[in-house]
Amino acid sequence: MITVTTNNSAKNTAKNSAEAGGDVRLCGISKTYGSFTAVRPLDLTVPQGSFFALLGASGCGKTTTLRMIAGLEEPSSGTVFLGDQDVTNLPPYRRPVNTVFQSYALFPHLDIFENVAFGLRRRGIKSVKKQVGEMLDLVQLGEQARKKPHQLSGGQQQRVAVARALINTPKVLLLDEPLGALDLKLRRQMQLELKRIQTEVGITFIHVTHDQEEAMTMADTVAVMNGGRVEQLGAPADLYENPQTTFVANFLGTSNLIEAEVDARSGDEIVLRAGGGKLVLPEARCSAPTTTGGKVLVGVRPEKISLTHADEAGEIPAGRNRITGTIADSSFIGVSTQYVIDSPVCPEFEVYAQNIDRDPRLVPGAEVVLHWNPAHTFGLDAAQDIDAGIETVEEEGAAA
Amino acid sequence: MGLLRWFKRRLVVIAGLLTLGYLLLPNIVVTVFSFNNPKGRFNYEWQRFSTDAWTDPCGVADLCGSLSLSLQIAAWATLGATVLGTMIAFALVRYRFRARGAVNSLIFLPMAMPEVVMAASLLTLFLNLGAQLGFWTILIAHIMFCLSFVVTAVKARVMSMDPRLEQAAQDLYAGPLQTFLRVTLPIAAPGIAAGALLAFALSFDDFIITNFNAGSTVTFPMFVWGSAQRGTPVQINVIGTAMFLIAVLFVLAGMVISNRRNRQKA
Repeated sequence: MITVTTNNSAKNTAKNSAEAGGDVRLCGISKTYGSFTAVRPLDLTVPQGSFFALLGASGCGKTTTLRMIAGLEEPSSGTVFLGDQDVTNLPPYRRPVNTVFQSYALFPHLDIFENVAFGLRRRGIKSVKKQVGEMLDLVQLGEQARKKPHQLSGGQQQRVAVARALINTPKVLLLDEPLGALDLKLRRQMQLELKRIQTEVGITFIHVTHDQEEAMTMADTVAVMNGGRVEQLGAPADLYENPQTTFVANFLGTSNLIEAEVDARSGDEIVLRAGGGKLVLPEARCSAPTTTGGKVLVGVRPEKISLTHADEAGEIPAGRNRITGTIADSSFIGVSTQYVIDSPVCPEFEVYAQNIDRDPRLVPGAEVVLHWNPAHTFGLDAAQDIDAGIETVEEEGAAA
Repeated sequence: MGLLRWFKRRLVVIAGLLTLGYLLLPNIVVTVFSFNNPKGRFNYEWQRFSTDAWTDPCGVADLCGSLSLSLQIAAWATLGATVLGTMIAFALVRYRFRARGAVNSLIFLPMAMPEVVMAASLLTLFLNLGAQLGFWTILIAHIMFCLSFVVTAVKARVMSMDPRLEQAAQDLYAGPLQTFLRVTLPIAAPGIAAGALLAFALSFDDFIITNFNAGSTVTFPMFVWGSAQRGTPVQINVIGTAMFLIAVLFVLAGMVISNRRNRQKA
């Protein structure tokens, strides 16, 4: 059971019933640098043994949060608990926590063996040979023990960094964008590798990343951060299917957001009016307050939508949400075709269609009807910025 | 035509050899004349081969005394300047404090100041303070002018150091002292060593500042200067050649060690 609250939004939380022994608990933790607030007061519990991801764009406070857990950054307010122990005032070298740094920070003057043995030696353990050997075998670097870090490839260095931290069997392993410097193929491999190691050793992993795919593939629980606060927290599928803010809807995958007006309620469904048409939204999937005549943002994921040529609009089953439009652009990418639809309610409606039976009439300029199951619709508070979380090219470059 | 092409192809090698010769010719003269047996008091003309000076390097009054004093001053000045300079370099790179920019530029002033002006000013300062000129005034002056060079050498190294390495050490249970000894110092060592060597060389052969602030104390460069007025004993060349050979030996040893290390790695 994970609970999260941000003090400013003052959301309600269910209290964690059992104070488990190895949980990481952050209570009202915040960090300010002068007038800049990196992390707003934040409560967060990471259960023992979980693979937890802090996801957000660069500058959202995720790395600062991680560094406060490591002890490398002193919180401006709040408390850090490891299990029942308050570690807020402990220096990093007294915390049972180890970090895998972005760019690895391997000691250039020591060989791989000594890099991995560093933590053990500092704790006064004399016979390290067996343990280091086993750890190097775990990350498949037994042969490289006597090489210097600069003689290894990026992927190998990354594994040394993991081994150097894991050998100390910390209560929590902190990973700060550990795969950021690797190329795409190697990154996929290392994602699986890290996941395998985590399952094998059962240590709590807290993973900071700006790559939403990486967070969703690896973590049991993802906390999406934006502007120094946690926007939403949950299992990857839950976050993806039920985003509660426009930031989450846009940052995790792609969402089509339509401004609509509440028309009526019928049972547990809300009927909305958007550009002359009607859309149905299950009340349970709406995170915004709905009053008749009030505004709501209606969202739907591009892959949930079916495309039908306007000539066959009559064949669409009843009860589906519909929108009409014109195909503005289509790009064929093998497994699927991505369409951009120009519609009166939304100028750039994205639709991903599996390439099963392709209708040759669906080319740019064609009149089409978009339709989807109302159960896949979600509703968001219309007071938010509709474009929050859409990454621009410059931001992507800065994050990489 | 053929000769011109041969010359063109080897232009870089020839230019390199000529430059090397230009650099080393004075050293060769020093070495050759250390085996001379001069007629008068001046060792400026070749007479005949002799190893007299080599078998009795301390044969000239006060020579070995001044040499030992110079070595002592150089050793202490190196130690003082290296310790202080390293700390200054770390402070300038790692910490943001008021007047950091000003300190950064002021550190380099002693390098830019004409040495003879600094020497005279230092003497004025020492006299006004009522200091007794001698070993200590020389040492203080040497540490002062070596500092700038050490700071420059160490700063370059510290600037290229990743501060995350020290954070990683702390994260791996190394306290502040352990972090400094096991990570910071070994990584900064090449810069510190370069600064120390520079300081030693500068201190050992400084003449101008030393001459102003020595009082009646005589260092090796002062001894050579003083004897040059009355005659140059061959022993000076012997000491010079010996210093040169020791330096060459150090360089060779360094090359052998690093070669061996590289071979082990490969």
